[in-house]
Amino acid sequence: MDSQSSYNDKVVRQFAIMTVVWGVVGMLVGLIIAAQLIWPALNFDLPFLTYGRLRPLHTNAVIFAFGGCGLFATAYYVVQRTCHVRLAFDKLATFTFWGWQLVIVLAAITLPLGITQSKEYAELEWPIDLLIAVVWVSYGIVFLGTIAKRRVKHIYVANWFYAAFIITVAVLHIFNNLVIPVSFTKSYPIYSGIVDGMMQWWYGHNAVGFFLTAGFLGMMYYFVPKQAGRPVYSYRLSVVHFWALIAIYMWAGPHHLHYTSLPNWAQSIGMVFSLILLAPSWGGMINGIMTLSGAWHKLRTDPILKFMIVSLSFYGMSTFEGPMMSIKTVNALSHYTDWTIGHVHSGALGWVAMMTIGALYNLIPKLFNKESMYSTKLIDVHFWTSTIGVVLYAVSMWISGITQGLMWRALNDDGTLTYSFIESLKFTYPYYGIRLLGGLVFFSGMMVMVYNVWMTVRATKPQPIPVVQPA
Amino acid sequence: MSAGWTWYVLIMTLASVAACFWLIVWTNRQRASESEIAASEAHVWDEDIRELNNPLPMWWLWSFIITLVWGIGYFVMYPSFSDTGGLLGWSQEAQYEAQVAAAEERYGPIFASYGAMAVEELVDDPKAMNIGASLYANYCSQCHGANALGAAGFPNLTDDTWNWGGSPANIEYAITNGRNATMPALGAVFASDEAINEMVRYVRNMANEMDTTSPAHATYMQLCVACHGPTGQGMQAVGAPSLADDVWLYGSSESAVRKSFVAGRNGVMPAHMNMLGSDRIRILSAYIYSLSR
Repeated sequence: MDSQSSYNDKVVRQFAIMTVVWGVVGMLVGLIIAAQLIWPALNFDLPFLTYGRLRPLHTNAVIFAFGGCGLFATAYYVVQRTCHVRLAFDKLATFTFWGWQLVIVLAAITLPLGITQSKEYAELEWPIDLLIAVVWVSYGIVFLGTIAKRRVKHIYVANWFYAAFIITVAVLHIFNNLVIPVSFTKSYPIYSGIVDGMMQWWYGHNAVGFFLTAGFLGMMYYFVPKQAGRPVYSYRLSVVHFWALIAIYMWAGPHHLHYTSLPNWAQSIGMVFSLILLAPSWGGMINGIMTLSGAWHKLRTDPILKFMIVSLSFYGMSTFEGPMMSIKTVNALSHYTDWTIGHVHSGALGWVAMMTIGALYNLIPKLFNKESMYSTKLIDVHFWTSTIGVVLYAVSMWISGITQGLMWRALNDDGTLTYSFIESLKFTYPYYGIRLLGGLVFFSGMMVMVYNVWMTVRATKPQPIPVVQPA
Repeated sequence: MSAGWTWYVLIMTLASVAACFWLIVWTNRQRASESEIAASEAHVWDEDIRELNNPLPMWWLWSFIITLVWGIGYFVMYPSFSDTGGLLGWSQEAQYEAQVAAAEERYGPIFASYGAMAVEELVDDPKAMNIGASLYANYCSQCHGANALGAAGFPNLTDDTWNWGGSPANIEYAITNGRNATMPALGAVFASDEAINEMVRYVRNMANEMDTTSPAHATYMQLCVACHGPTGQGMQAVGAPSLADDVWLYGSSESAVRKSFVAGRNGVMPAHMNMLGSDRIRILSAYIYSLSR
């Protein structure tokens, strides 16, 4: 079999395994900082273990290392299967793997050292940003190059979302990181004041919209119909929600800057488009859930499908909650509280992580020449730990966040504030405990996954898989 | 914001909304070719992935349309294309000012009645002391501590040591205008490291005795006496602390005292007039005065 007649699954295998590894690492750092919020002494007075340095390490590790590797793996897998060709540019694809791992390792070194641009989710300094840009453009060339040489007329919907995610993240990353370096480890943005703030949240919110939403919708559109053995519910729904989603997400960033020095008009537009975003976001949930309808009986026996349906449910809930929180009057209460943390994690753990985990359980046996995962029972265990973990996490942060917001604005009869800040902090303590417990339960599921994956892939000899002829 | 940008934002925004409407109409139209998608072999991928083409769910479609229409309404009512637009005339600055004015109208008289009283009277008014405690918790406790015992660099407010004077007027002045206490950096003035050590020993011992035989004594009488006084008693007019007592604002350890000489200290109490106004400051002064009584 010549190389072009089989799929390039080596790079997919590499990214798939690293998704599990970085998932464990990223969530472990999350556990450490969740514990530090309860027991601050856990930083042992060592600068590189302090909360302020580990927190960006956690966010970068789970979003870009765990989520990123999951997106690379599935995008490379899906684009080959649905274009019926081998991946374009084998060597460039190999470069994206090693380049992306280098980015992650550099992040894991520089962030604890305190080397940071101080922009949320864009902390990495300019030399690493340059490397990211090169790797990302290579990713785009490999992905779009594969689409260009496809052997089917129609581009499958999953690929629209992956393509939008790859192209937009390149634009976001490059423009938010335009800086003037003053040394190898320090730079200043070319934007100043609120313009810099707006650029940052244009980037930051679209990182949510394109990295954590569009990319994972691409994953959903392949693995849900595949796992359920059901056709996608509505082609036209995917058309309308795709175009509406990518057009409107671009505008939503200003809702991160309500009631700041950002001009009123920009806040208004950010809020309006955040609300309009509700329906386009739910289009994906409807298409996913309705694709599963007719396969409900499979939920009894297939824990992978359970991951997917719960993931879609959390997606629907988070994309309802987000527009609500973008309304100024709601935002005035929710902003700067733990509610935001709860919202983010119901999206990140509930939607992103559970969809990725479901996709990996579908993918890994195929990549390693196996019929199925080592243990279906353990997938079920993982499903329940994940679900219980994310519910504990989200509910504790809702209670803590909403109460914080209410305590901060409570007034006495004489107009003085009823509570001092420290009193609101004292209130949140038990909920920080429940949050840590939720994280521990979720993390324990990841350890079950590590065992299950190890038992599946050990002593296997992956065989090249021939490219399927188009229908 | 220039007119050009207003037009740019206006066109881009409305074009996005219009594009959504067009998208809805376009995809909602049933076309013969699309009804065949489900059966079409052109919509099969990877052996078994197929697509149906079910109509858009009506409740979903209506929620999309309603948010779009509502969005246009919001653009008309609120500033959306320039900072002063919107039929309601709303702005966050105006909202803030209206809320502050409403609060001032409601609570102003309560505070004004206390503001007319003297600190010495207020300390015996339990209601005023409750307000004072609440103000203290929100404006002072961050530095001076929840129990007002202070911390390194932040004075204890419950003892009888007052670097700037502890009279009601002095306390009120400090809260209103703030204080800046500067101990200059004198590291370069000393001839040797040993000379600094001598000075540290001399000053740390001052609460016991003024050791006139110490080699540091002459230096003290030259460099330090102007602010800290000939017997180390300090000077409240410039906020220079007494060195002859056991209270050490920045700590009494050798290294802390040494750092005060070598690197100097800059103690800052921020001014609160713009935040609190004179009536609340009167109540707060009384509360703090009561802490050391």
